Amino acid sequence: MISNLINHKIITLLKVQYSNMLEYRVEIALWAISGIIPFFMLNIWTNNNLNESINVSDIMLSRYFLCAFFVRQFSVVWVVFSFEEDSLLGKVSPYLIQPLNPFFRYFAQHLAEQITRFPFALIIAFFFFIFNPESLWIPNLGILLLSIVSTFLSFLIQFLIQSIVACLCFWTEKASSIERLLFIPTLFLSGLLAPVVSFPAYVKSWIYLTPFPYLIDFPANLMSGNETNISGGLSMQILWIFLLFPLFKKIWTEGTKKYTAMGS
Amino acid sequence: MNLRNYLKVYKKFLHTSLASELEYKTNILVDLITAILSLVGSIFLLSIFFQNSGYIGGWKFEQALIIQAIYTILNGITNTWFNPNLTEIVKHIREGTLDFVLLKPIDSQFFISLKKINPSGFLEIMLGFFLLLFCIRINQINLSLSFLILSFITIICSICILYSLWFFISTTTIWFVKTWNAIEVLRSFLYIGRFPLNSFSFSLRVFFSIFIPIAFITTIPSEVFLGLSQLWKILLEVIVASVFLITSRKFWLFALRFYSSASS
Repeated sequence: MISNLINHKIITLLKVQYSNMLEYRVEIALWAISGIIPFFMLNIWTNNNLNESINVSDIMLSRYFLCAFFVRQFSVVWVVFSFEEDSLLGKVSPYLIQPLNPFFRYFAQHLAEQITRFPFALIIAFFFFIFNPESLWIPNLGILLLSIVSTFLSFLIQFLIQSIVACLCFWTEKASSIERLLFIPTLFLSGLLAPVVSFPAYVKSWIYLTPFPYLIDFPANLMSGNETNISGGLSMQILWIFLLFPLFKKIWTEGTKKYTAMGS
Repeated sequence: MNLRNYLKVYKKFLHTSLASELEYKTNILVDLITAILSLVGSIFLLSIFFQNSGYIGGWKFEQALIIQAIYTILNGITNTWFNPNLTEIVKHIREGTLDFVLLKPIDSQFFISLKKINPSGFLEIMLGFFLLLFCIRINQINLSLSFLILSFITIICSICILYSLWFFISTTTIWFVKTWNAIEVLRSFLYIGRFPLNSFSFSLRVFFSIFIPIAFITTIPSEVFLGLSQLWKILLEVIVASVFLITSRKFWLFALRFYSSASS
């Protein structure tokens, strides 16, 4: 009965948000295009033969960056920006009355946006293979499923981190600038611009203890068939989720107590 | 209205927007840390590229640092002036408040391009200047009057090109209403301005010199600093900059004819 209700709620939310997102197809297409930085990086790597020093062939590297692009596409999180706007305009108040944590709404928004984004990402990948036909490959089904799971876990980690930052809106008015600060290490350490294998030893020694390499590097390596520790990576992802979730719950209960309806 | 009146109006703009931005003092601090981290991150990325190779696209590490410095300065200028104002245009058009701007006895482009200012970008500009001074020392560049004039001209041209690119995209808001995402696409393209143009493959180089002249924005000023630039390149940049400025002006006036208010 209860699970039925939850299912019903989730499906309704998803349906609503999906039709909402379909309205903004063009914007989402542009979002997809703005994620092509990994391809520029690939261009620098292969054009200067930098990959020889890290023992990754041109083809494997291009697959890596393509997968990094895909992982990034399906793990982009912007909940803090939505939540900040809603909380500044006082829109959070009606959400709080509903018997559903407002973050479910944002979560459904993200999922719906990913579904809308999927065809655009495929089109970009199609163009990528036209320019780099030799890097076309078919991953085996098991690996593909695992990498989809790990991409989703990466999305969950980022969603939790950003939700925690978003909850800071209850205390400060501009939580998004903290998110912009956190985005910088994510950008440089997650493997979006350079695979973690290529990092100097003094960074590699501690980076695997942080959540960053599990956001893009690990799922991308998994999907592209580059060498990686599958069980270790997945368990670290799950560990981070287990660490972050109670933190989010705590800051949420504390924050809602502090909440003073603004705007309306 | 003459120039003196415009200056007077600009002083008022400065005063009001500084007053409102300084309300969020911690925000400015967070932005400063973000700027520093992002510079550290890109130098880190650059050092990965140079790890096993002395030259990237014919540039040494010390020389490539100049590009980073100029990019940081330009990014600071973008964050101080272009970003806050041009995102405001989107708001003006969506909410129909552009009417009030058009009714004022002042040039509308002047008003919407300079109304707001974000002081945290200043710190980024200073950061860029410090790095530039450092680069001048380690590259043993002789400062002479002609060199200063040339580098000043090229940087001014870069700013003009950058402004025109931003303004172009914001102007399209009049037709598409939500161009916020198009700005993200521009931002991601501008990202390649952090690297020497020669490190990219030929096709990308052509794309980034003809369609979106990012090549001109950072590479040519850096070449001037190193004394590598030929006169025709500088002349070309001046021509490109003036063409961009004039077209963006024409485009704005053209777009205004299609503006059909909102809501009211």
